[in-house]
Amino acid sequence: MRLRNPFGRKTKEFPSHLWTQCPSCGEMLFNKQLERNHRVCQKCGHHFKLGALERIDLLADAKSFSETDADIVSSDPLGFVDSKPYPERIAAAQAKSGHKDAVLTGDAQIAGIPVALAVMDFEFMGGSMGSVVGEKLTRTAERAYADRKPLVIVSASGGARMQEGTIALMQLAKTVAAVARLDEAAIPFISVLTDPTTGGVLASFASLGDIVLAEPGALIGFSGARVTSETIGEKLPKGFQRSEFLLEHGFVDQVVPRTQLKERIAFFLNAFRVAGQDLRWSL
Amino acid sequence: MSMLDRIVGSRRGTEGNGHLVVEAGLITDATQLASGRPTPWQTVQTARNIARPHALDIIGRVFEQFQELHGDRSFRDDPAIIGGIAQLEGRPVIVVGQQKGSSTEENIVRNFGMPYPEGYRKAMRLYRLAQKFHLPLVTLVDTPGAYPGPEAEERGQAEAIASSIQLMTRLAVPVVVVVLGEGGSGGALALGVGDVVLALENATYSVISPEGCAAILWRSASEAERAAVAMKLAGPDLLETGVADALIREPAGGAHTDHDATAAAIKSALVAQLDRLSRVPVADLLSLRYERFRSFGMFVEPDGGAAPAPAQPWWRRILKNPLEKGGL
Ligand SMILES: [Zn+2]
Repeated sequence: MRLRNPFGRKTKEFPSHLWTQCPSCGEMLFNKQLERNHRVCQKCGHHFKLGALERIDLLADAKSFSETDADIVSSDPLGFVDSKPYPERIAAAQAKSGHKDAVLTGDAQIAGIPVALAVMDFEFMGGSMGSVVGEKLTRTAERAYADRKPLVIVSASGGARMQEGTIALMQLAKTVAAVARLDEAAIPFISVLTDPTTGGVLASFASLGDIVLAEPGALIGFSGARVTSETIGEKLPKGFQRSEFLLEHGFVDQVVPRTQLKERIAFFLNAFRVAGQDLRWSL
Repeated sequence: MSMLDRIVGSRRGTEGNGHLVVEAGLITDATQLASGRPTPWQTVQTARNIARPHALDIIGRVFEQFQELHGDRSFRDDPAIIGGIAQLEGRPVIVVGQQKGSSTEENIVRNFGMPYPEGYRKAMRLYRLAQKFHLPLVTLVDTPGAYPGPEAEERGQAEAIASSIQLMTRLAVPVVVVVLGEGGSGGALALGVGDVVLALENATYSVISPEGCAAILWRSASEAERAAVAMKLAGPDLLETGVADALIREPAGGAHTDHDATAAAIKSALVAQLDRLSRVPVADLLSLRYERFRSFGMFVEPDGGAAPAPAQPWWRRILKNPLEKGGL
């Protein structure tokens, strides 16, 4: 990829703690400005991955987020050891990400509307869903059900967490059962798919929103592109398993740029309100 | 017996599913298994044995008058999932299963038991049929996984699986799941949400294939044998984690050595379970099915976690709360 920079100098003059190169257009972006723009390239609109805290900042009204179930941490159901024991992987991910597991959950307001909010963080073991993620998401959905308020989940995940084996697989059924209750009670559930949302997360709650939104250019699919490519023995077309591909094939409602996400979510939640009743959904 | 007694009395505690009718041939504890068990990797091979009885072999021996129903009413008929109406000892039921081939030719037709989205949509059509006409549902799980090809992605493989799981979580009829061979990941779970989940003794149930797990975590597919051990995908592990409520004993030498005996064992298990489940009020079935899958999880939570407990339905308040012990 051709490197462009505004001063015509070499990359080593752009230390990475100050500058980030856009993988899409090659522009050198000043980190502080990138953060201010919610990690969207000002030049081409490329969406960088966003951490859970930054995502909450983006969506929740100022100081409205109160975290729930913050202290749930993983145990090691299978005594799983690959090249490293699972607890060591967890500890490393905790140190790296600053989170206890791959999802932050809580209560928040979005443009004044109270919601139950869950935001996944890809930095933590690829956003993989094991027992902790499954339990926190389920409790968040159950809280939305009990309080009769909308559920918003922002996904960023490579799928189920292999180190928890079949218990991780069962989190698909657990989370789906919880959002199915919201469906029955007509309590809105908005699912936001971000880069990447694949495997067991897409094959469970993330596909089941009343409204499914995706950020531009996000990788979204059931199988890893490598597996798919090996299955058919050929290279995949450009844009395969990207947000726009899913929009074209009918599996997301809208591709929404990050800067418009909050107002769009608020628009849908307001539309689903019980007529004449402020801040009330369902009966 | 009052409804309350029935629920409390039948409640799955730490020991398996309260709905389960334990009768001869069913194994609910790993100690009941013969000693000299095969290794997990050997079990994987047995579960994949091409001579193993597949869904139609079982259906033909367990049910009478099976009438196959075809198509998802939208795209096509997926041969990797079969289903229809049959009778079990004279009572009509809906049966849906993943169908592997018993020869290379048949496997090509059946796509090696790997369904496309339209297969899951056919399954959902049959689930709805079961609910509409109050027929119990029996599903037979046997798949390496949902097909991972590009057409499957275009037609929404993930959405089909998610919707199928969702439909099963609240299907208002008794549902019994039998894992015949391979329970391959989400593609298996799309047929796997039931009131009672049984597995043949040498069946497996896993979040990813051992080869896939090895390729990702060990960066070498040849470590599949180690992955198979680590992933706890074989019968005794499934009992321990509660993924299966009970195992159905196979003939000595494995199910592939005697299809008739295997089918007979499955039949007696199904008859007993459906007999019991058909007497449970539907609302209780749905509550306990929710609770069965709700309780999966192993985590640590300091006492008095920050969150207020979610509002609980009455039956849950009077039952042992699985969260108190941190899950299973
Ligand atoms: Zn750019």
